[in-house]
Amino acid sequence: METLMALLTGLLFAVGTYMVISRNFIRIILGTAIYSHGAHLLLITMGGLKGGAAPLLGQGNDLYVDALPQALILTAIVINFGVTAFFLVLAYRSNKELGTDDLYHLRGNKDE
Amino acid sequence: MNNLVIFPMLIPVVAGLVMVVFRHKITLQRILSIISAVGIAVVTAILIHQVSTQGIQTIHLGGWVPPFGIVFVGDMFALILVFTTAIVAIACLFYAFSSISHKRESYYFYAFVQFLLAGVIGSFLTGDLFNLFVCFEVMLLASYVLISLGGERIQLRESIKYVLINIISSILFLISIGFLYGAVGTLNMAQISERVALAEQSGILTTVAILFLIVFALKSALFLFFWLPGSYAVPPAAVAALFGALLTKVGIYALYRTFTLMFYHEPGITHTLLGIMAGATMILGGIGAIAYQDIKRIVSYNVVIAVGFIIAGLAVFNVAAIEGAIYYLIHDMIAKALLFLLAGSIVYLTGQAWLKNVGGMIRHYPVLGWTFFLVVLSLAGIPPLSGFIGKVLVAQGALSGGSYVIAAVALGSSLLVLYSLLKIFKNTFWGETVLSDDEVIPLKKGMLLPCVFLAALSIGLGLGVEGISGYVTQAAETLMNPSIYIDAVLYDN
Repeated sequence: METLMALLTGLLFAVGTYMVISRNFIRIILGTAIYSHGAHLLLITMGGLKGGAAPLLGQGNDLYVDALPQALILTAIVINFGVTAFFLVLAYRSNKELGTDDLYHLRGNKDE
Repeated sequence: MNNLVIFPMLIPVVAGLVMVVFRHKITLQRILSIISAVGIAVVTAILIHQVSTQGIQTIHLGGWVPPFGIVFVGDMFALILVFTTAIVAIACLFYAFSSISHKRESYYFYAFVQFLLAGVIGSFLTGDLFNLFVCFEVMLLASYVLISLGGERIQLRESIKYVLINIISSILFLISIGFLYGAVGTLNMAQISERVALAEQSGILTTVAILFLIVFALKSALFLFFWLPGSYAVPPAAVAALFGALLTKVGIYALYRTFTLMFYHEPGITHTLLGIMAGATMILGGIGAIAYQDIKRIVSYNVVIAVGFIIAGLAVFNVAAIEGAIYYLIHDMIAKALLFLLAGSIVYLTGQAWLKNVGGMIRHYPVLGWTFFLVVLSLAGIPPLSGFIGKVLVAQGALSGGSYVIAAVALGSSLLVLYSLLKIFKNTFWGETVLSDDEVIPLKKGMLLPCVFLAALSIGLGLGVEGISGYVTQAAETLMNPSIYIDAVLYDN
């Protein structure tokens, strides 16, 4: 199971990298979103994927899955959500102000 | 347990939240932000005294004993940095009062400065790796807003790059935390240190260490500094000074914690890599600093050189070098804030940052000119000023440790710093004046006084080295002996 997840996260990082190095704003932002999915899946995988009950004490089971990575991921998800929202609005504002969504046109001015 | 340890972070959080409510009461926000910064300084001074007499202070949040809860640790190294942060914040805030436009102020400027301080101070004080990630994000989100606040075209252009590079490094940080958790099964720094020592830092842990090195190198502009010169040139001077003095230093602090507390078992691999990166940073930063004719760019590249120099102290990894690096870190936070404020004042007075188009300013602004000269000498490491003792100790440590190349590069980089900054001084303050008499605008007192305050501090730090040497020695001792830190955090209940 862990091997399968490792392959999946690897695929997500490859796709994310391909998106981030493109020239279009939206593709870059989608790339960072895919990156964060990869990172969150990696966190849950590194916590171990052995069988066990959901981490709720009322389940009355002997074995539970590790609760710590789930809390970490929940924190990371909201942080990433906030950053992505800010980044999207920044891209929208830049597009209106600078008139382009192509990073190639965002070079420095002539005397740099 | 000492509840005071959380206060340096709590004060700016509360102050920032209050300011969000009173958006249009600018005077109230100004008073509150100064009270907050002074409050941090006072609390930290008390804590420094306690640490110097009673040892490391900790607080277990929620009463959960580490490693199960989050712990905040006030050791001497962190507290010295928090205190310097508060001092720099006071100067930058006073500068902001007279230089930031009213429109920026009414869009939560001071609140975001407080959140930035909270993130920086939280990163210094936390004893938990994931909590460090969260504090980093608090700091970075505030810095995203501060760098793009105002929405000028150049700001938008550079903030896109800044945000993107920081999102990617944060994802890398998260991945590294995941790998480390998978390998050692804990997030408490002291316990990580213990378990890494138990496993004698096997190959997989060294790999994770190098991942952390890449993450923090991106944050602190060590070798991977390509994003820095563009980003630091666009925000207003007061914000650029906060960034130049604080943001990269948090990355440096994280590198010091990682490679003195957790991953110190394979210095042949990790510390050699740190040394190579530090040397390359100093050389490339020096080339950048002497190449440009743009004041803001030259100043930004000087930040890069200093990062390389401080990490060189870590790479050498003996007591003298670490002590020297701590001295230099304190000096550099003050001097870089001063340098950015002075550069901002020059740009404000002349209306441009292009060296060829300015000159002869010493006739109209003598105090500004001589303050600038002072900070040039201080950054180059001329004896009576604050940069000297750090450079001497790092060079001494490198020579006694046999790292001759690092010593040569570190001392050679001082010459590049001196040349690049004297170039600014010579071109802007000497020569024929290009401003006609009716073009001369008076320099606001509120902009000059913070600069003079920081310059006085730099002189005081240089002359009064013996006054702080006890604290620095204690900080270096804790860094070199991880067992002191581990005992205080895990076994001192």
